[in-house]
Amino acid sequence: MSAAFVAVYTRDIRLALRRRVEALLPVVFFVVAVSLFPVGVGPEPQTLRVIAAGVVWVCALLASMLSVANLYALDHSDGSLEQMLLSGHPPTVIAAAKAAAHWTTTGAPLVLAAPVIGLLLDMSPAALATLVAALLLGTPVLSLLGGVGAALTLGLRSAGVLLILLILPLTIPALIFGSGAVGAVDSGISASGHFSLLGALLIFTALIAPLATAVALRIALE
Amino acid sequence: MSSLRWSTFSAPSRFYALVNVLNPWLWGLAIALTLAGLYMGFFVAPVDATQGNSYRIIFIHVPAAWLSMVLYLAMAFWAAIGWMLNARMASMLARAIAPTGAVFTFLALWTGSFWGKPTWGTWWVWDARLTSELILLFLYLGYIALVSSIDDAVRGDKAGAVLALVGAVNVPIIYFSVVWWNTLHQGATISMTAAPKMAQTMLMAMLLMTLAFWAYAFAVVFTRAQALAVEREGHADWVRMVARKELQ
Amino acid sequence: MTWGSPAEFFSMGGYGLYVWGAYAVCLAAMLIEPWLARRQRLEALVAASRTEKDSL
Repeated sequence: MSAAFVAVYTRDIRLALRRRVEALLPVVFFVVAVSLFPVGVGPEPQTLRVIAAGVVWVCALLASMLSVANLYALDHSDGSLEQMLLSGHPPTVIAAAKAAAHWTTTGAPLVLAAPVIGLLLDMSPAALATLVAALLLGTPVLSLLGGVGAALTLGLRSAGVLLILLILPLTIPALIFGSGAVGAVDSGISASGHFSLLGALLIFTALIAPLATAVALRIALE
Repeated sequence: MSSLRWSTFSAPSRFYALVNVLNPWLWGLAIALTLAGLYMGFFVAPVDATQGNSYRIIFIHVPAAWLSMVLYLAMAFWAAIGWMLNARMASMLARAIAPTGAVFTFLALWTGSFWGKPTWGTWWVWDARLTSELILLFLYLGYIALVSSIDDAVRGDKAGAVLALVGAVNVPIIYFSVVWWNTLHQGATISMTAAPKMAQTMLMAMLLMTLAFWAYAFAVVFTRAQALAVEREGHADWVRMVARKELQ
Repeated sequence: MTWGSPAEFFSMGGYGLYVWGAYAVCLAAMLIEPWLARRQRLEALVAASRTEKDSL
């Protein structure tokens, strides 16, 4: 079982490395999108500091969702997805591996880009550290949920936008706990509650999402 | 009809006939309950001490909100049944529920807004209940969008079932997170749950209206399910017979 | 609850706009929705009978 996980995971990473520019597009989008807010809202540091956590989280959400459609679409169009599912390895493991690969290529870069963004938005060091930690727990949730959406919308015409519409409401708890953690630290209270909830959410999603993704893949390919 | 089993009505033709029998009664029930509920709400229930007469919106706001939540669960339930038992009619029923659920969610938001304006001064309040209703509306719209985008009926039914179930599982989590978020940002002062202390007559009226909405929901969903059955089984004999009879 | 006059009833103690605004939209939705459902059924029946004629 772990052999299949490693095989699928390394394959996806290798493919992403071959298309490095494409793989980094979500991160570029992330930076651009976040930069729009000071332009739209005004550059006063006090305002930016207040909205920073929420802005970073929402933009991370959108950046994640934009790239997740490709998670299965490319494999589907050249037939390798069907091969993977026919290979006899549990589809749940394949789904988990793909979500892990998506996080490695999209989520992790977002987490690494976050401190730079935080500086642009004049966040305090404590808030910034909390934001990075929260994103570390939250971006895997986004990748896992994105996998469900990608599987459900496989091969459909407006799959990209449809996927975002389907999955965004489900990401709201992660958004609330993740940006709330930063808000707590900014107000001087402990964010441990938020982190516990984020951790619980991650575990719950890691258990449920690959299963739902596997089921959705089978439905889409029948 | 000889020995009636529930599974008898899983055949679209029999379901169609059943609805034709049931719907007049359901409509009658809906109208009667509405008249009774509104009479009670407007001519029996007293004025509220703090909110005056504006609170009377509660007689449609709360029933709409309850129905919006119950219908989502019903939709997920029937979608799951249709998927697991391969029962086409159950899947069609799930699809038929979605628009009505979305309408009730919209009404809960609209009436909530109109209640909030005189009470809190703004047309929209980001309290836990209204925010959750808004997210529920997104979940309904997502389901409708997904099943509409899938041309193959069977794939659409199954994918819809997965989405509805994933949504149903997430609804408590989402609600909890929204309540958490709300208490963090506003405290418990602004809340739609600060409803007037309910007199017996107010509760009675609300209950009657809830039952009225329920009967209405059944009737509308059943009609839509009939439409879906005809759309899907277009070439079947029973459809032609029904068409001949009803299009005279 | 006794209302002094029809005018009093419609004004709802000053909240008339809100109360009736809410109820009016609710009523409208509950008239339009069944009408749309019934029309959907009718159109489906018409389409079904049309294909029958085409295949004859």
